[in-house]
Amino acid sequence: MLDLRDVKKSFTEPDGGELPILDIEEFHLDEGEQMALVGRSGCGKTTLLYVIAGISRPDSGMVKVGQWDITLFTEAERDRFRAEQIGYVFQTFNLLPGFTALENVLLGMRFAGGHIDRARAKHLLERVGLGHRMTHRPGQLSVGEQQRVSVARALANQPRLLLADEPTANVDAGHQQQVVDMLRDGCREDNVALMVVTHTPEVANQFDRRDNLEHFNRAVVA
Amino acid sequence: MSLWKIAWRSIQQRALASALTAFAVGLGVALVVAVLVIHGVIDQSFRRGAQGYDLIVGAKGEQIQLVLNTVFHLGQATENIPYTYYEELTESPRFSPAVEVAIPVAMGHAYKSYPVIATTPDMFDQLKYLGDREYEFSEGRNFKTSEPFEAVVGATVARKLHLKVGDTFRPTHPGVEIVGDVEDTHHEPVKIVGVLAHTGTPNDRAIFMNLEGFYKFGCHQAGPSTVRRFMEKKEKTSAEEHAHDKDADHSEDGEDHAHDADEHGADEHDSHEHKTEEHGTDGHAGHSHEPIAHQDRQLSAILVCTDHSKPALAMQLPDVINAEPDAQAIAPARVISELFDGIIGNVQLILVILAVLVVVVAGIGILVSIYNSMSDRRHEIAVMRALGASRILVGTVILLESILLSLGGGLVGLLLGHGLVGILAPTIAEHTGVIVSAFQFQWNELILIPGLIVLASLVGYAPAAVAYRTDVAKSLTTNQ
Repeated sequence: MLDLRDVKKSFTEPDGGELPILDIEEFHLDEGEQMALVGRSGCGKTTLLYVIAGISRPDSGMVKVGQWDITLFTEAERDRFRAEQIGYVFQTFNLLPGFTALENVLLGMRFAGGHIDRARAKHLLERVGLGHRMTHRPGQLSVGEQQRVSVARALANQPRLLLADEPTANVDAGHQQQVVDMLRDGCREDNVALMVVTHTPEVANQFDRRDNLEHFNRAVVA
Repeated sequence: MSLWKIAWRSIQQRALASALTAFAVGLGVALVVAVLVIHGVIDQSFRRGAQGYDLIVGAKGEQIQLVLNTVFHLGQATENIPYTYYEELTESPRFSPAVEVAIPVAMGHAYKSYPVIATTPDMFDQLKYLGDREYEFSEGRNFKTSEPFEAVVGATVARKLHLKVGDTFRPTHPGVEIVGDVEDTHHEPVKIVGVLAHTGTPNDRAIFMNLEGFYKFGCHQAGPSTVRRFMEKKEKTSAEEHAHDKDADHSEDGEDHAHDADEHGADEHDSHEHKTEEHGTDGHAGHSHEPIAHQDRQLSAILVCTDHSKPALAMQLPDVINAEPDAQAIAPARVISELFDGIIGNVQLILVILAVLVVVVAGIGILVSIYNSMSDRRHEIAVMRALGASRILVGTVILLESILLSLGGGLVGLLLGHGLVGILAPTIAEHTGVIVSAFQFQWNELILIPGLIVLASLVGYAPAAVAYRTDVAKSLTTNQ
């Protein structure tokens, strides 16, 4: 479902030099597969997620989601593809503060340009236990509730792949497992491939597949 | 969820800043609206004031002066035309077939600074105003030809001077100050028999008395311009006055001067009147109360409604009159239009330009407000982009936000502007006699809507471009 081949990404440093961030020869994730990606800070985990999501374009290489190599897409096509095929859960939730919980979920549908399915949005919020908080704005929700809304938002468009960037880092210990369960159960129910970046061993250890980016990112190894 | 709603939510998110920005636009729009409405109503009022008749026939001379004097009761009295001219207009086969109504008017008197206009009852029985409205009386009735010393007062005059039916007043010559309740006893008292309902025309600020009574005032049997000369002479040195007094001694009969329109005759007559006043006797003791012969009468102007059923004759009438040696016929609507477009129209233009500048400055306020918010919103925009929103979509949301702020401000401005008009209405009515209402709309107010949209699009472009160029990965990482 997800194939990366010879993906390279580097940033330009202030002195004009090139700083290699990613150099991945091969990476693969199956349809509906769930995995944890670990690695020390600065090893390129978030950059890898951005490249897979099409937020950043690699300098070279192939990023194939399903049958499409998104590196060949224009930016507008990548935006549309991301909206339709990829869900994204951020470490800091990134809910839009001016919108209610329900509207935050609906926004994802709006950007995908397809049918805005209010019933599905409500169902997702109910599934993450926020049926009674739909009209609340992020500022009126607890940290755990905000992350649950962001999970519902990521699943709104029935994506094929869900990327979660340290989804439990800002959630208190009591709610970490709840967030992980929601992510895993939600993806399992819709057969969505899940890739969770985490620093937390308790979270990583729950996944059968745990990859350490430092082991296959040649930019870091070098 | 529509893009409008997304933009609206962003505005709500920064409610105070957005409200203040929109309010600034609203103030500018309110100024534009107030200028447009007030000017529009005054413009209509001035232009329509002349529409009760087609022509003003007066002595040859300055057209604007004749119109200002006759229509707006402003400025110096003009030269006179013989009363017989009025009779010719209505009876002579040269003119009468083209004339439907002719109303004689004689001016030159005032009461407590309001003009007293001598005319016939036809002024209110035959003429209409503001197109097709008939004069109505809020109190009493029209004056009668058979009662020389009857008058009706305009609505503003009645209100300001607290005049009512049954009251009497003595017309004075312009420039004669009446202090407190001390009345000039120079003229016979004139009884008010009617108060005109409000018309929104200059007639609200005038008093109308019977022309027959006017001719019974001894001092102006020679016509209205004699009144003006009377005042001019009054200002001369006392030595000259004494000399004139002597002349007047052997000139007891005012009528001798009345049918002699030259300056000398009038001077002598005026001096006679002045002397009587100075001696402190009964102000009208020396006047003849007998109606003077028609051939001795003079008029300030004649208001003419042409016979519209005979358009060819009606069109020729001004030319026929203008061919006369002493008279001219002018279309007041044309003169007023020229006057308005030439002077007052420019004033309006300047006011509108200033008000538009205020709106533009307020529009730049929108630019500054949204632009400043962009640094805070970069992350928000990056999140939208990460969720799949295209660059064009987020740019469009910012533009819509700008348009919503402008239109919201415009709506507030419309309400404020009309509210302002409502608040200013009593003051405007007090000073101009023109009634404006908060609910009067001008068609050119509609230009504000597309104008605001264009302005908002222009000022929204810069922040929209910032949104368009937002680096998603960088903005997300910075705020992680």
